[in-house]
Amino acid sequence: MMSQSLVMGPALPEILLAVLALAMLMLGVFRKGDTTALVGWIAVAGFAVAGVMTLMGSGHDTELAFGGQFINDGFARFTKVLVLLGTIMTTIMALSWMKREGEGRFEFPVLIILATVGMMMMISANSLMSLYMGLELQSLALYVIAAFQRDNLRSTEAGLKYFVLGSLASGLLLYGMSLVYGFAGTVSFDGLAEIANAGEVSTGVLVGIIFMVAGMAFKVSAVPFHMWTPDVYEGAPTPVTAFFATAPKIAALALFCRVMMGPFEAYAPQWQQVIVLISILSMVLGAFAAINQTNIKRMMAYSSIGHVGYALIGIAVGTTAGIQGVLIYLAIYLFMNVGAFTIILAMRQKGRAVENINDLAGLSKTNPLMAAAMTIFMFSMAGVPPLAGFYGKFFIFMSAMDAGLITLGVIGVLSSVVSAFYYIRLIKVMYFDDVVEPLDRLSGATQKAMLAISFVVILLFFLVPAPVVDGALAAAESLTGGTSALASSH
Amino acid sequence: MIVQGLIFYMLAAIMVASAFMVVTSRNPVHSVLWLILAFVNSAGLFLLLGAEFVAMLVVVVYVGAVAVLFLFVVMMLDINYLKVREGFLTYLPMGAALGVVLLCEIAVLAGGWTMAPEAMGLRAVPAPEPGTISNSQALGQVIYTDYVYLFQAAGLVLLVAMIGSIMLTHRSHPNVRRQKVADQIARRKERTLKLNKVPTGKGIS
Repeated sequence: MMSQSLVMGPALPEILLAVLALAMLMLGVFRKGDTTALVGWIAVAGFAVAGVMTLMGSGHDTELAFGGQFINDGFARFTKVLVLLGTIMTTIMALSWMKREGEGRFEFPVLIILATVGMMMMISANSLMSLYMGLELQSLALYVIAAFQRDNLRSTEAGLKYFVLGSLASGLLLYGMSLVYGFAGTVSFDGLAEIANAGEVSTGVLVGIIFMVAGMAFKVSAVPFHMWTPDVYEGAPTPVTAFFATAPKIAALALFCRVMMGPFEAYAPQWQQVIVLISILSMVLGAFAAINQTNIKRMMAYSSIGHVGYALIGIAVGTTAGIQGVLIYLAIYLFMNVGAFTIILAMRQKGRAVENINDLAGLSKTNPLMAAAMTIFMFSMAGVPPLAGFYGKFFIFMSAMDAGLITLGVIGVLSSVVSAFYYIRLIKVMYFDDVVEPLDRLSGATQKAMLAISFVVILLFFLVPAPVVDGALAAAESLTGGTSALASSH
Repeated sequence: MIVQGLIFYMLAAIMVASAFMVVTSRNPVHSVLWLILAFVNSAGLFLLLGAEFVAMLVVVVYVGAVAVLFLFVVMMLDINYLKVREGFLTYLPMGAALGVVLLCEIAVLAGGWTMAPEAMGLRAVPAPEPGTISNSQALGQVIYTDYVYLFQAAGLVLLVAMIGSIMLTHRSHPNVRRQKVADQIARRKERTLKLNKVPTGKGIS
């Protein structure tokens, strides 16, 4: 037991970020004056380095570290790069926001780094315990940054609500894990998969899996565990909302994929119906509840609930194609959200931030470029070809059709038509309503750069889809082993 | 064996009863005291299991630190607990119904509990031979080797909790006069004390 040496090479990016967080904490505490920008940009550089290390590390192998607690495979590398991209872009957004509002605190980037470490640990979890530690590290940091504006009642309310409900979800997850452990006697994913493949199904382990699904559904904000999302998205400061809508969601969905396709793959016929149900509920609620919203951040919250519903189709399908669809969807979702939130952050009238949909009225006359960009993002979210969002939905729905889940696919298409209504309403407000009060011009080079990048990615994705599509395929194959889990059940 | 069984049921019964009292007692200070009783009984249960290190940890950390902290918070915060309890009776039937349903479900689960055939073997893997080494040594052997990853992660989680609580509550007040130990030590007689010769009958101007 004592003689085996500790393998930690595959976890090098995580270790780098954790050490960076400690160093930045010291820098922030001991340096006089406001160090937010310095700490923030070093953090961004750290994320970039970690991303490169993740990409460079060991080609296509699957490596285990820390005695099998930690796994680094193609799937982990793909999703980690997505998470790091999302974190980089939203951190840059947050930094320029804090500079403008004069609300900078160096703890913010430090917490973002620690949350990112947590997300990467979630993605690379290979046992129930490392899953839980990663999830808690991420969640705890997110609760704090939701309440970042502590003198703002809505921000603190968002933080508190997120914390209380999130703890409840963690409790559900832990309870499920304890049942699974009680059945299997092991927490390692490989051990669980072995026992699952041995064929015996007990009620206890199924109830455990359902509890775990409930806990994870909360983290990805799938219906019926979505109640916190609109309030938290509305209350939290806008760059924090942008962060919540991208990186943690990708990490949580990746975790969802790994848990369902790893240890519990053999139980797929049992859990499939549950995922199908929460997927349908999320898509339908996301489509209908967003229609009535007047606050654009609340609308984006419901939109993200809907998007999670579409991504869950891929997990419900449970094939390599399904997981590939999820990964493509997440990659595109990331850029759509970064773009849309850059515009939401730029919604200011006379230097004051506004967030009602009607404040966008007549944007096409006062700022045609911004209106055009928002139009592209909204059309993409609605899934209009040839924009990137269409491809995300296309791969997901195709995988559902191929696996024979016709009803699920049809409901997905229909709810996507309904959701097109409120996306297009936003475009109507921008192009056909009269200007009440013009929005300020876009300021800052970083904001413009962010907008340009996401605009180009969304608009021109159809020209070179290969890197994402092939990368997602390789990543999905490394998770599912290239076989379809449900092939036998249909 | 019978004695052990009797002790188990005694501890468990007292624990459930005191947990019930935590929720129902009117005075919040009494609630905390009942909570301490529940903690002590759970420590007793750990002792019965042969986990004496964890038992002592529960006493030291939960009773010694957490419960005392609770007691301070309860006594220092001026919260109107009658207001918090408003609606208790209206929600009671619904809550009780849910509780009963959950209890039945757990009973069904426990009644029909099966284990994977290899579970007992897998479970014993990280544990050393009982009786050969002490409790804390056995824990140390796995925490710092097999589970060092989780150990470090737990450290990061605690760090986040620390940063978070400081960030959300700490305010710097520029006008507060703080103690500066270095300045106090570096103080010399010449800088603060002035000796004047006072001529008789004239005073100091």
